[in-house]
Order: sequence, then C-alpha cells, then structure tokens
Amino acid sequence: MIVRALADGFTWRVAAAVLVLVAAAIVVPVLNLSVPAGSALHVPTYAVTLFGKYLTYALLALALDLVWGYCGILSLGHGAFFALGGYAMGMYLMRQIGSRGVYGNPILPDFMVFLNWKQLPWFWYGFDHFWVAAIMVLAVPGLLAFVFGWFAFRSRVTGVYLSIITQAMTYALLLAFFRNDMGFGGNNGLTDFKDIIGFDIQSDETRAALFAASALTLALGVVLVAFFVKSKYGKLMIAVRDAESRTRFLGWRPENVKLFAFTASAVMAGIAGALYVPQVGIINPSEFAPANSIEVVIWTAVGGRATVVGPIIGALVVNWGKSWFTGAFPEFWLFALGGLFILVTLFLPKGIVGTLVEGWTARRARRASATAEKDVEPESFGKDEELRAEAAE
Amino acid sequence: MSDARPILYLDGVSVSFDGFRAIDNLSLVLEKGEMRAIIGPNGAGKTTMMDIITGKTKPDEGEVFFDGDIDLTRHDEADIAMLGIGRKFQKPTVFESHTVEDNLLLALKGKRSAVKALFDRRSPRQAERLGHILETIRLSARRHDLAAGLSHGQKQWLEIGMLLAQDPKLLLVDEPVAGMTDAETGETARLLKEIAQTHSVIVVEHDMQFVRELGVKVTCLHEGSVLSEGTLDFVSADQRVVEVYLGR
Repeated sequence: MIVRALADGFTWRVAAAVLVLVAAAIVVPVLNLSVPAGSALHVPTYAVTLFGKYLTYALLALALDLVWGYCGILSLGHGAFFALGGYAMGMYLMRQIGSRGVYGNPILPDFMVFLNWKQLPWFWYGFDHFWVAAIMVLAVPGLLAFVFGWFAFRSRVTGVYLSIITQAMTYALLLAFFRNDMGFGGNNGLTDFKDIIGFDIQSDETRAALFAASALTLALGVVLVAFFVKSKYGKLMIAVRDAESRTRFLGWRPENVKLFAFTASAVMAGIAGALYVPQVGIINPSEFAPANSIEVVIWTAVGGRATVVGPIIGALVVNWGKSWFTGAFPEFWLFALGGLFILVTLFLPKGIVGTLVEGWTARRARRASATAEKDVEPESFGKDEELRAEAAE
Repeated sequence: MSDARPILYLDGVSVSFDGFRAIDNLSLVLEKGEMRAIIGPNGAGKTTMMDIITGKTKPDEGEVFFDGDIDLTRHDEADIAMLGIGRKFQKPTVFESHTVEDNLLLALKGKRSAVKALFDRRSPRQAERLGHILETIRLSARRHDLAAGLSHGQKQWLEIGMLLAQDPKLLLVDEPVAGMTDAETGETARLLKEIAQTHSVIVVEHDMQFVRELGVKVTCLHEGSVLSEGTLDFVSADQRVVEVYLGR
C-alpha cells in the first residue's frame, strides 16, 4: 500500500531529483577515489566535502519547506534543530578521540580537563556508542520541537508571533551553549575529531562515504516529503496553511497537523546537522545564530517553497554562490544575499522551481486549449467521426 | 424516532466584549428538521451567536444545548464540528489551492486524525458520496479545477457542499447569497430547501427576497436578543422590526 502511495506521489521532478542524488552518491566517490589526481575527471576531496556540506544544507532547507512551504509555519529557528543534531553527533565524535586528546584523558574531552572537571556529566553518558548518539540525533530535536509546538500551536500562536518565538528559541540556545558550565565546550564547541565508527575522519574514503551518506539521506528526505505532500495529510497541511479556521470548523485539529509537521521537520533538520558536523569537523554555538536560520529561509524562498525540489536547488545555488562570492568579493557577500532575497521576493515570489513549474503548466494548458479548439472545427470533427467509424468496422 | 427534544436550545445567553453586550439574554429554540432564517441589522449579534454555537466564543452566562443534552459551552470548535454542527462563514472560505474535489474530500465525514491521514486512501464509497455532493451543488464539471478559479457564487456553493460532506445534523449558514446574482440566489434557495429536507438549518441573511423564497420561520435579532419571531409576514409587519431594520 505504501509502495503504491509512493509511486503515485512521484512527479517526474521528484523522481529526477532522487535519481540525480543516488547517481551522485555513486559517481562522485568513484571520481574522487578511483580516478587519478591528474585526470580531468578527478573530483578533489575538498570539493567532495564542500558539496557534501551543501547537501546537508539542502536537507535542512527541505525540512524548513515542509513546515513553511506546506504548512505555513515560518520558523526562524530551524538552525537550532540542525545544531542540536550536530551537537549530538559532535559528542559522539568527541568520545571517539579517547586518550588521543591534548591532555590524554581517556574519558574526559579536552575542554572538560581544561575546566578541571573530575568526571563526565551525566548527559554525556552513552555517547561513546554510535547508536546512542544516532538516537539522540533524532530524539533531541524531535522532542524539543514537540514540546515547543505543543505549547505554541495549542495556544494558537501563529504568523509573525510564532516566527518571533522560534527566533527567540534559537537565540536562547545560542546563549546557553556559549556558557562553559553547560558542558558542551562553550565558545569553542566540539572539534579535533579523529574517528567516526572506526574510520579516520580525515581520510578521502571517509569523506567520500560521508558525501554519499548525505546524498542518499537527502534522497530519502525527498521521498518522504513527496509522500507526505501527496497524502491526505499533505492536503491537510495546505488546508491549514490557507484557511486554518475552515479546517478547524470541519472538525480537524490544526494544532495536531502543525505539531506533526513541525516535529518531523525538526528530526530531518537534526539528521542534516549530524551529517554536517563530521564533514566540517566542528560544531560550536554560532550554529544557533539567528542569522543562520534566516539564511535557510532565503535558500528555500529562492528555490521555491511548497515545491519538493525547490529548497534543494535553492540551498545548492545560494551556497555555491556564497563560496564563489566570498572568494571573489568577500566584503559584499551579505549585500548580495540581501539583494538576492529582495529580488526573489519581488520578481520570483514562487522561487526558481515554482516559477518554472508555473510556466510549464501554463504552456501545457495553452497547448491543450489550442488542440481542443482544433477539435471543435467542424471539418476535423467530421473526419474524426469517419475515422472512428472506419476503426469500428 | 419521534424525538421531541429540540436540536438547538439557547436560554438566557449573554456575552460581552470589553463591556459591550454583543449577546444579551438571548433565547432561541430550533426544532429537529427545522429551517430558520435569522435577520437583523448589523451588530445585532447574528455572527456572535454562531460563534457561541460553534464554540469559538464562550458565553458569559446562559445555556447552550445541542441535540437534547449536549452542553456546547464545554466543547471546542473541532469537537462541535464532530458532534454534528457545520458552519459556513460570511465570507466564502474554501481551500483555494486545492481542487473542488479535494476540498470536499477534506470535509467528508470520517476520523479526524492528522497522522492517520498520511495513509488514508479514498474508498469507493467516499468517491460515490463525492460525486453525489458535486451533483447537488452543481459543480460536477469543475471537480478537478482549483477552488481559486471558481466564481464567488460557486465558492459559496462549494462551502455549502463541504458542510454537506461533513453530514452534520445542524447547518449554520451565514449570508449565503451575499454578492450573488439573482439567478445564483434563486439556485441557492433551491439548494438550501433541498438540504433542509434532511437537516436542521439556520440561515442568516439580509436579502429579504431570498428569505421570502425560503418560506420559513423568521427570527429578528436586535442588540443581542430576539426582537420578533414568526412568519416573514408577521415579522415584517412588526412595528419594532420596521423601526430598527426594515424601515431603514
């Protein structure tokens, strides 16, 4: 049943996106590892890691699109869920360092030794196991989103007020994680990672594997969001977005519709953060910065919200542009980003993908009406009748 | 089956907003299967009354009972919708980015679990019911079009169709013919009369011609309470009604 639902839910754009991502997960590592460095086809490791990072951003943008594009919840704090997933992964990676740290303490990470802590805080227990960390990557952002959403949506906080409290949430976490007493490395965060599930985190092979994992997870995210959107639940999300009180008076509970989307989206964002951290090699409180969450909104808007493929394209295009721009004209990047957002809002309110889809649909509609008109012409109508009669004989 | 208890019973209901008494000791009884037209000047409390019945507003005092002994003041909007009260808003409110069919699908009677909706697929019986409602509201030809593309009158009908899909016991219909052409108004009167054969209905409307076409008992509200009640001829002959409402 689910398989059929999935097959029905795939537009060709979704299918193409999944195909491209799966292909990238195979081809890019091969071009990096098996093609010699001198060859024109060789993909350098720095590029593998850079694009691996972009793919995790794309997953974050897709998560935001689920709540903003489809459910109308403009979250300005999605970076918080991303960062929490990242911290959970970072804690695992810290524990893998073991006695190879600067202070050589087999249990305590360096920053704890530096702060003169004698034992591991209770909330670090279990993070030496990958599976515990993996559960936390899902559970911590999911739980925070659930509790936050439970109160916010039940109290019917909507619109700009909700956006402001999501922003306040990520800012509060930023301040909290800056404190050394919190036990997450304070200002410096978590870094100097060595291994991930037994593999050297710096090696080309691990980096290629992390890229592949990011691409495949994103593909999975695309499938999942496409499935959500095509289901009756997806129609419900859009109903809540467009006319919340109508939905309520039909007997639905908009707060539950929103809560489910918000929680699922936070879990997706957490997974994105967990894939991000081993590739960039550090997680620190700056990931909670409100500006980060706002950037995610820009990626999604540029690509096209309420489309499945749009936020991915938006995240890739804007971040690739950022890498290029900050190299060429470092001082002007923020102006370019702000300008881009204004231009997209003014001239492409549906984003790149949304505008293209609209164009295609309009052209197809025009063509369909053109053929329809042709059919109405008496001559061809008569011919059709003759042909049909012939075929019947 | 001859249950004599009224479908809706309001007694001594009052509610104030910032000291303004929107509803003032309002009492109203609607029998099962009855259609009632509510008229009255702007600010008479017609919409507030609907807000109270549908759980959007809690009354300061008074009793509101539905279908005999269900105390509506103890339920919220979604609960009340599930108990069997459907509401059409004054401004037509449909899901513009959904097709006509999907609008009705979301309204169709059934479990209202957001998570279960993920795996919910349309049953043949639902499809049949959809087709039936589409015919009733004269929108069969537009079933795959987006609701945003409908005319104002068609949106009103679609919203009424969504109420029908809910299969409520009581329909509250707020100004169904506002902004409609004469032909559409006549069509809407026909539609509501058809619905009233199997449902209890309250219609709020300003259009006296339309109220006359409905041919039902009329209640005139003024300053939050009942000013006059009876046949349209009786109510329109009432001197107080003429003074506050019709005369102007």
